[in-house]
Amino acid sequence: MLYEKYLKLNIIFLRKVKKMINYIWLFFIISSIIIGGFNGKIAEVGTSMISSARLSVDIAISLVGIIAFWLGMMKIAQEAGLIDKIAKSIKPVTKRLFPNIPEDHPAIGTMAMNFSANALGLSNAATPIGIKAMKELQKINPIKDTASNAMCTFLAINTAGFQLVPATVIGILAATGSNNPTEIIGPTMISTSIALITAIIAVKLLEKVSKLPQGDEEC
Amino acid sequence: MLKEILNFISVWTLPLLVASILLCGVYAKIPLYETFIKGAKQGIGVGVKIIPFLVAILVAIGMFRASGAIDLIAQFLAPVLDKIGMPADVLPLAIIRPLSGSGALGIMSEIAGEYGGNAFVSKLAAVMVGSTETTFYVLTVYFGSVGVIKFRHALIAGLIADVAGLMTALFVSQAMFL
Repeated sequence: MLYEKYLKLNIIFLRKVKKMINYIWLFFIISSIIIGGFNGKIAEVGTSMISSARLSVDIAISLVGIIAFWLGMMKIAQEAGLIDKIAKSIKPVTKRLFPNIPEDHPAIGTMAMNFSANALGLSNAATPIGIKAMKELQKINPIKDTASNAMCTFLAINTAGFQLVPATVIGILAATGSNNPTEIIGPTMISTSIALITAIIAVKLLEKVSKLPQGDEEC
Repeated sequence: MLKEILNFISVWTLPLLVASILLCGVYAKIPLYETFIKGAKQGIGVGVKIIPFLVAILVAIGMFRASGAIDLIAQFLAPVLDKIGMPADVLPLAIIRPLSGSGALGIMSEIAGEYGGNAFVSKLAAVMVGSTETTFYVLTVYFGSVGVIKFRHALIAGLIADVAGLMTALFVSQAMFL
């Protein structure tokens, strides 16, 4: 399994990020107790511990319906081959973003598929496809422990997280009494598009400054 | 004008997407109802699986708010936050977003639970969560899968995109929901 291999690699970076989250979580709890004590609000802090734990289950349970609906729809999209259809339609753009990769190289199609799966919110399908794309890119990467320009571009686009419908977030708004939870779709689409455009511009500009160890031309 | 266009997108995206998915399914000749049920079944698992993450984050943030710490941050950073119109409640969210997806979702749930789904700050938090991806997670998984340890400019580009997405979320939400 791809995931197992990734877990085995267990690079230092992941540990660092995990540690950071541990510290942030600890910081929130300890600082609330200290600040609450000084503010004379320690009783509220204690009460909130209990009520927040309860609230999280309420939210999770009311989310189930919306998530189930969306996953049902997405299963149809997946089995109907919608990922491939979108991937095909964005292929011309994908080719332009990776000018050094041959047009018929499997990496181009796989990256397009990863993008379309992410756009549909199918992260379970997108991750294995994305890992496959990385393997294809690694085959044409001359320095194996260092990211190639194509990899950086692909992942910068990925970290912008373009998504058509943020279903879980809509579900949480609905669960907490929103009258019109889907009204965030338009603003979210604008924000994630700006993130996407910024990622592409940033990665293409930084590519010119960020030198490779041997400085030779690559994909 | 922007408001009308965005409203139009918001109202139409979901119904149109559902219609096109179903039509694609008809065209591909797959059993629609059965396939739907197969996918929807996973929803229960997902809903239950997120409970531990929600509990961890909601308790921490709930305590943090109850202690008055968020008011302290608001007072301390008022000159900056007021200038860009950012509520102090979403500041922890902006910091966590690139680090942890479940963490960001947890903070957004806590804000929506505290203020209700109709409040500006809840909608803003929702847009912020959707505005970008968990940069550190994406880079770790994908680079890890092929053994690349030197990320070069991928991390900075990803973080620049995060800032752009989060700032756009703030300004578009102000234009739309205030």
